[in-house]
Amino acid sequence: MELFSANNVTKVFANTRALTDVSISVKEQSIFGLLGPNGAGKTTLIRIINQITAPDTGEVRLEGRRMRASDVAHIGYLPEERGLYPKMKIGEQAIYLAQLKGLSRKEAVANLKKWFIKFDIMDWWNKKIEELSKGMQQKVQFITTVVHEPKLLIFDEPFSGFDPINANLLKREILELRDEGATIIFSTHNMGSVEELCDHIALINKSVKIVDGPTHEIREKYKSNIFEVKYKGDFKKVDHALGSHFKILEHTENEKANRIRIQHLNGGTSNELLQALIPVAEIVAFEEIIPSMNDVFIKAVEEDK
Amino acid sequence: MNKTILILKQEYLKRVKKKSFIILTLLVPLLFVGMFALIILLSINNDKQERTIAVFDESALFLGELEQDEYTKFHFIPQEEYSELKSDLKNSEFYALLYIPENIYSAGTAQLISAKQVPIELTEKIQRRLSQFIEKDKRQKVIDETGLPDLDERLAATQTSVKLNTLKISETGEATQSSSEVAFIASYAMGFIIYFFVFMYGAMVMRSVMEEKKNRIVEVIISSVKPFQLMAGKIIGTALVGLTQVAIWVVVGLVVLTAVQSLFTPESAQQMGQSLMESRQSMGQGMDQAAAENQVTEALEMIGNLNLGLILFTFVFYFLAGYLMYSSLLGAVGAAVDNDEDSQQMVLPITFPLIISIMLLFPIARNPEGPVAFWGSIIPFTSPVAMLARIPYGIPTWELLLSMFLLLLATLGAIWVAAKIYKTGLLMYGKKVNIKELIKWLRYKS
Repeated sequence: MELFSANNVTKVFANTRALTDVSISVKEQSIFGLLGPNGAGKTTLIRIINQITAPDTGEVRLEGRRMRASDVAHIGYLPEERGLYPKMKIGEQAIYLAQLKGLSRKEAVANLKKWFIKFDIMDWWNKKIEELSKGMQQKVQFITTVVHEPKLLIFDEPFSGFDPINANLLKREILELRDEGATIIFSTHNMGSVEELCDHIALINKSVKIVDGPTHEIREKYKSNIFEVKYKGDFKKVDHALGSHFKILEHTENEKANRIRIQHLNGGTSNELLQALIPVAEIVAFEEIIPSMNDVFIKAVEEDK
Repeated sequence: MNKTILILKQEYLKRVKKKSFIILTLLVPLLFVGMFALIILLSINNDKQERTIAVFDESALFLGELEQDEYTKFHFIPQEEYSELKSDLKNSEFYALLYIPENIYSAGTAQLISAKQVPIELTEKIQRRLSQFIEKDKRQKVIDETGLPDLDERLAATQTSVKLNTLKISETGEATQSSSEVAFIASYAMGFIIYFFVFMYGAMVMRSVMEEKKNRIVEVIISSVKPFQLMAGKIIGTALVGLTQVAIWVVVGLVVLTAVQSLFTPESAQQMGQSLMESRQSMGQGMDQAAAENQVTEALEMIGNLNLGLILFTFVFYFLAGYLMYSSLLGAVGAAVDNDEDSQQMVLPITFPLIISIMLLFPIARNPEGPVAFWGSIIPFTSPVAMLARIPYGIPTWELLLSMFLLLLATLGAIWVAAKIYKTGLLMYGKKVNIKELIKWLRYKS
């Protein structure tokens, strides 16, 4: 079921186009990756979802109806550029921010205590933000983002500022939040985490959405007919047998089995490649290479030029 | 609305709990009291240094007859010693050297030579002694010539002083005694207080906005509340801090005033009058004791005759409106810029009228009905200070209403402008902002 959608959203600032007719649909309880180069318009879209700015045309919908200003209570937002009040005590500050999201003081305290205990940071409650390290501050910031149990969570570059251990902790938390029912929009340049986390992605380039779909399908779609083959046999024979339809990208020899990467130039099936290979070599393993999200990203953006 | 109150509360408590607020609130009345005490202390003979002054009296009129007191002694010296001393005054035991020329009677000048800067009090004292001596001598001569031994008394009886009691007829026909001196002081005080409050609290709002922008917390906040709510909460919260401070001062002031008034029983007024008279006398102005007494009781009465209710009401109104106007504009500046230098540049054009209004205080005090006073108190950007400065002198109702109305209009306009700039500026980083850019923002659709 769809939790959130943006329909034909366009936003123009004084002299720049930020979004051109962008539509996305986010399924309930999924992680949606919002990708794109710097300045593509991701932050503008996120701000529109957060009701910080309004679109010139188009609309955003939550649970099937047009979003209202009061819907911000159902959204948790972790902006890319984030901060807290340096001189305020952490507990008080977190309560204040939770109250701004609509929790009562009592609810805020109860929820916060749960999270503080979970992260084992109860002893920070009466400290000031400025006494904490950057990574510690991020933890507090994460808690203030999720404390009001929002239906829709928006993370903009959530891993920046985290060391690998805390980044992993955060990843686990994000997955756990999804499993508990939250829907997550996730914007990042860290393609590894996109592969790991996102069920669905959309790629925006120069204000236009150029790619949209389930992560695995998109990677599938951006395959470029590259196969990796492990075989036993003579490379020269293999090379000779492949002929002009195939291009050898990479070749390594090994005592057990040679490894070769071949691109099928005419976009033919894997069987054609196998047919060419079987007479000259013994196939040990055969696999089509699925491009990484990183490759997909670069390819999609370059093709868009 | 709820969220505005939440922000307001947060902003209010944050400031009121600050040590600097508590200290300032307690310190300012103490400073005032201290300042007055100091002035009184200073005016009551404070010069306790013992000085011996060498006198070379060429006229030979004064020899040994110059009146001395506990701290100032005179030592007469002959001519030889004089020239010797003059060249080496620094190493002598004398503080200064007084040279009385032969023709002092006609020319009326003498010379005081000293190695140090002589305090005015001392020069005045010596001048007084010399002139009193000569006066007395001359008078004796006149008495001798005219043969009227009671000349002194007769002349004293001719001394007349007229005190102008100003009565003000109010619109209801009631006559109250007014004092332009008291009004003058009240006018200046009100003008300055309003100026400081608007400036101080307006700047506070601006700093608070800038801080939120700099800390980058602002994006988190405005994903929870509307920028206008944030601005309103901040401005109102800070205004309440100001009013809290005023309320504390008013209460303290009233307590002190009643305490002082109850202390001023007739006897104490008499005492005070006496000391006032003495201090005036030491300044070389004669004044009889009854008049001095009167002055003290009158001054207290005049303070009572000021329309305190109207003053308090207009103070609160002009403070709130003026503060709202300036603080929303300053808040917008805080949102538009992202470093301190840029803010300085933008703050000046906004606060300029406020600074002008302080310069209007003197012309207003000189002529509270004149064109400067009138226009200053009607134009919204200067009216918070200028009108308050006029209030103690009394003001026609229509002028007050017109001024209040225009100020309200201007305030609403300022809030509208500020809200637009604020909304656009908050998330704008790394852009050099100038007035032209701001005007462009005003045209953005929301």
